[in-house]
Amino acid sequence: MKIAIASGKGGTGKTTLSTNLALLLAETEKVILTDLDVEEPNSGLFIKGNLIHQEEKFKMVPQWNSEKCALCGNCQKVCNFHAVIQLVDQIIVFPELCHSCYACSELCPTNSLPMIPQKMGELREYQLDDLTFIESRLDIGQEQAVPLIAQTNKYVDEKYSDEIIKLYDAPPGTSCPVIEVTKDADFVILVTEPTPFGLHDLTLAVETMRELDKKFGVVVNRYGIGNDDVIDYCESEKIPVIAKISNSRRIAELYSRGSLLYREIPAVKDELVKVLDFVKGNLARGEM
Amino acid sequence: MKEIVVISGKGGTGKTSITASFAYLGGKEIVVADCDVDAADLHLLMLPDFAKSEEFYSGVIAKIDQDVCTKCGKCAEVCRFDAIPVINYQYVVQPLDCEGCGYCARVCPVDAITMESQNVGDWYISTTKVGSSMVHARLGIGAENSGKLVAKVKNETKNIAEKQDKKYVLVDGSPGIGCPVVSSLSGANFVVLVTEPTVSGIHDLKRVYELVRKFGINAGCIINKADLNSTVEKEILQFLSENDIDHIANLPYDETFTQAMTNGQTIVEFGESKVKEILEQSWNKIKELA
Repeated sequence: MKIAIASGKGGTGKTTLSTNLALLLAETEKVILTDLDVEEPNSGLFIKGNLIHQEEKFKMVPQWNSEKCALCGNCQKVCNFHAVIQLVDQIIVFPELCHSCYACSELCPTNSLPMIPQKMGELREYQLDDLTFIESRLDIGQEQAVPLIAQTNKYVDEKYSDEIIKLYDAPPGTSCPVIEVTKDADFVILVTEPTPFGLHDLTLAVETMRELDKKFGVVVNRYGIGNDDVIDYCESEKIPVIAKISNSRRIAELYSRGSLLYREIPAVKDELVKVLDFVKGNLARGEM
Repeated sequence: MKEIVVISGKGGTGKTSITASFAYLGGKEIVVADCDVDAADLHLLMLPDFAKSEEFYSGVIAKIDQDVCTKCGKCAEVCRFDAIPVINYQYVVQPLDCEGCGYCARVCPVDAITMESQNVGDWYISTTKVGSSMVHARLGIGAENSGKLVAKVKNETKNIAEKQDKKYVLVDGSPGIGCPVVSSLSGANFVVLVTEPTVSGIHDLKRVYELVRKFGINAGCIINKADLNSTVEKEILQFLSENDIDHIANLPYDETFTQAMTNGQTIVEFGESKVKEILEQSWNKIKELA
């Protein structure tokens, strides 16, 4: 079963929920947490496991071979991303714009643009008792998160069965990286905070999940600040509010140090148990 | 004209609340741009009037005309994104998987595939509640090309600033280090990094600063919620001094930010406070540094 933890707004508590949920679950069963916020992965700051695997991740980009090139200009013509440009007597490739579609390479009449691997990031896998933690980090300067997310998803799918609970920490927002993380999920937990920013971005996230036809529920973090608009919105839209984590400076301080909340604050553990019960209840009823 | 871009790496550090405060203090001497097109929130505090609205088209998606298609399967064969599965004996493009490369259309022997432009969102030119011009946008659900929409918003903002002869452009950037952030940073004169003294805050600050350095842009830093963790705060200060990043100010952990936001206000218009004073000094300092 795949559960993605997303938000619209950043900083609402996705990583807090992902890491605490994963470690609490791991007290009783096997669980896999994957941090797919590859631009700014943070889950690893809260989980101290043993590194069991590490690999570099590559994307394929064309490389110009001048010897055979007839300078016909076809590569420039077929590239929809302006990643291949012909300048008088040479071909210039902009790897950061390349989407690895292979069109320029495979449609080149002289085979002058072979595809070669270019490093875009790194995947690491850690083990901490029954928790397997996987994270990928995008190299600085690489603009596209989606290829690295897709390859990381593939790694997890090929190595681990869907019988195991798989949690995914998503990036913020509602655009392509978030779609890549949530499109295969059985359930999505949207984390928000009860403020005007939280509500606004939650409505965007809800629209996205509905567009994708996903089952989802909401966890309200920093409950007690702001106002009741988020709760009212969920009620009127018939979206389940699965849990509420209270606002407190103590929680913010524990987070700031990289500490786990549920081991220090029983009320947080109670809310996490609600999330687990909700998800497992849905699973038992065959709704996922 | 100087372009000041506010970014954070990590989301939720207070970037938009702080940008809105500067936009309020800057009043009519600046033009404002909300480049966090993925989850734009600045309008909730600056109350722009959405006076002019335009659709934004960017990128294309393949569409197969089933009446023309001979089901040869060539399109699915060349697609590197597995975006053309067979559904009910027909080759059907999955819009969420299609990257818009157009390879399928080029190899289709019967020209059954057309590439259709995508409306990826809307963008607006507004007047804010303080009378300044503001350019902002709303990215469509699940849309790609947010980097291009960011570039559009920025270019429009610059044009307005030039026309109105304004001294500053103030840009609210997006979280992360990917394409929308790269677009936000290109052409900037000064970057304001908003961080918080948490393990994630400093981690993400370091990553996003590496990107800023690649662009060779001068940067300053505001540490929000600075009193939350003095150990990490010291680590941040050390990182700033090692990298010649101006330490603009520390802001305290203060829930008044949220109270003001709930009121639809920036913290600088929400009564007299220590935070207001610090933000006024910060804005003056940023204008000098830019």
